[in-house]
Amino acid sequence: MNDKPIKLIDKKGIRLDGRKADELRPLKLQVGVLSNADGSAYIEHGKNKILAAAFGPREMHPKHLALADRMVLRCRYHMAPFSVQERKSPAPSRREVELSKVIREALEPALFLELYPRTGVDVFIEVLQADGGTRCASITAAALAIADAGVPMRDLVVACAAGKVDDKVVLDLHDEEDKLGAADVPVAYMPSLDAITLLQMDGILTPNEFQQAVEIAMSGCKKIYEMQKEALKTKYMVVKDIEEKEEEEVEE
Amino acid sequence: MSSLITRVRLKQISQHIENGKRLDERGLHDYRPIKIEQGIIEKAEGSARIYMGKTEVLVGVKVETGEPFPDTPNEGVQTVNAELVPLASPDFEPGPPDENSIELARIVDRGLRESHAIDTGKLCVEAGKKVFVVFVDVYVLNHDGNLIDASALAALAALMNTKLPNYEYKNGELKIKQGFTQLPMKSHPITVTIVKINNQLVIDPQLEEEKVMDSRISIAVNEQGNICAVQKGGSSYFTPQQILEASKLAQAKAAELRKKFNW
Amino acid sequence: MPTYFEKKQLVLPGELLAEGDYLPGENTYLEENKIYAQRIGLVDLDNKRVNMVALRAFYVPKVGDIVIGTVTEVGFNGWTVNIKSPYTAMLRASDVLSRPFKPQNDELSTVLNAGDLIVAKIATYDRAHDPQLTVGEPGLGKITRGQILNVVPTKIPRVIGRKGSMISMIKQETNCQIILGLNGIVLVTGKTLEDEELAINVIKKIEQESHTSGLTDRITQMLKENKVNVEEP
Repeated sequence: MNDKPIKLIDKKGIRLDGRKADELRPLKLQVGVLSNADGSAYIEHGKNKILAAAFGPREMHPKHLALADRMVLRCRYHMAPFSVQERKSPAPSRREVELSKVIREALEPALFLELYPRTGVDVFIEVLQADGGTRCASITAAALAIADAGVPMRDLVVACAAGKVDDKVVLDLHDEEDKLGAADVPVAYMPSLDAITLLQMDGILTPNEFQQAVEIAMSGCKKIYEMQKEALKTKYMVVKDIEEKEEEEVEE
Repeated sequence: MSSLITRVRLKQISQHIENGKRLDERGLHDYRPIKIEQGIIEKAEGSARIYMGKTEVLVGVKVETGEPFPDTPNEGVQTVNAELVPLASPDFEPGPPDENSIELARIVDRGLRESHAIDTGKLCVEAGKKVFVVFVDVYVLNHDGNLIDASALAALAALMNTKLPNYEYKNGELKIKQGFTQLPMKSHPITVTIVKINNQLVIDPQLEEEKVMDSRISIAVNEQGNICAVQKGGSSYFTPQQILEASKLAQAKAAELRKKFNW
Repeated sequence: MPTYFEKKQLVLPGELLAEGDYLPGENTYLEENKIYAQRIGLVDLDNKRVNMVALRAFYVPKVGDIVIGTVTEVGFNGWTVNIKSPYTAMLRASDVLSRPFKPQNDELSTVLNAGDLIVAKIATYDRAHDPQLTVGEPGLGKITRGQILNVVPTKIPRVIGRKGSMISMIKQETNCQIILGLNGIVLVTGKTLEDEELAINVIKKIEQESHTSGLTDRITQMLKENKVNVEEP
């Protein structure tokens, strides 16, 4: 790391991509993008491009995986071979297996698993392009897909990372900051219930910096939460627009 | 992972904890007795076995030479693998590693890697061509809960016990000489897992307690008391306040263990 | 104690709806004296109960419900039926044959085959067991003609209307027989294709605009206008 003395933040506190410390990358969220899935969503977060689809609740296959007293959530986080600089083998890596697990455990707290025993919900996440923070963007999109499938939820789950770059705690690391920075703290959060559902960290932080990173990540989550709600509303407000249009026609 | 425990038992555990008590009379923040033996596998460059209550984990370290990663041509390589061996629990099945063993390996790996435990800079034989590769293999022999803390401690103990053969490097040929040197280490991270049961934070859960836990968080702490890896698991959540408490608890318990083992 | 919504407002999962002295109705949940939304839907207050009509939901079986399903498998002593629900339904051979069923004599696929459509009633269902269907009542059984339409299950009550007013008006004006499966599948059978299409369009309109005021008037008008169009030439 020492042979690359790149300054990630300049004297004015501006980062390589022109952002301030507490600024998010541009986000775009869309709900209901795949017609075969029961629910789906697409997210662009920085250069991340990720699709998420939810199926179910439905009968579990294979059947022996079903649980008598609760619904099973299954998640598959997968990166497309062309999503990164060097082609990634399409076979699931250990990283993808771990991420599939922590993403599932980030979404489970939002579901009423006991409501539909013996069934399963499958969430498939495909990272089409990766740009640092894919697990967070995946969770944000997956929560939308589950809501879009009509599965009852306690709250939407939204995720965002904070990290330490050039001795400063900043929000929403991009690829380069993720690789060269001193620490990365992804957080998933249910804002209405003030509940943290995913928390990981690598790097080295003092206890104070760690606390600060969690807080700044949560503030990022709250901002993305508003966009998440907006994206859901956009799909389901269409009905209301029709109504308004009709009323205008009557007036004319 | 589902050896069935009766509902009555689960309720009993959960009520105990609500009242600040545990099945084995420990306090909520106490570890079970821990015993570590080092150097028990002669053929391995390093090894350690830990007993944490009835949980038993063996870690073996093998050192071989290999190629460095292209982005770190001057550094040795660390790889961690974990096996949930079928003899350790009726719930473990033979076969390729499942998500639980992969997660366990990656948590142990991250704790060591992020704290720079192994001084990989000193493991380079020829830059870009040949470095030492340190294989850390975590072998769970008996599962009675808290595999993460037990495995991380055993891995550290095994690395501290690891010896590198003396060698001579000439014209691209590595010649082993007499004697050994200690594996160079820069840091000694200790991972503490805190589980949430009935809204109480509990340290070192036994297997039965893990069955009633809502969620867990594992925090690796280095000598300076800084945090170097975190992993939340389990299908429930933590409040921000609980995260703060957990991180303080992790620091206190890590310091305690460090003192106990004189690390 | 406040509520935090306007009548028929669009709300999302996790949205705080009311606090204090209210009751959680459909598609909402209670936590620490607060009522939150569980789904995407339109919220309303019925006395002290906070109710929500979900805009997106799936069908959960209830004993006594009339449903329409597709036979997906002919088994050894009955049929597997897809009722567009998280749970697959079973129809027993003995229920259809209304006499003792003998596996060696009765070829079940001649009675009902994979791909057949049936109207049936949920006979039994609970958390531990998949739903069992029955067709042993008048009006139930194999469907041989007509057109099928899928509707969000939570919108079926709006298609029925107050005391069945909406559905009887549609039936009368279009001359169609209509069976509403509570699982969101609707069967329309009319004398002509035009009649069936009109009925289907009307039901689609109700589904889309179920939450708007003056819907009944608009539907009445739509039925009148379109009927004239058909009769003109």
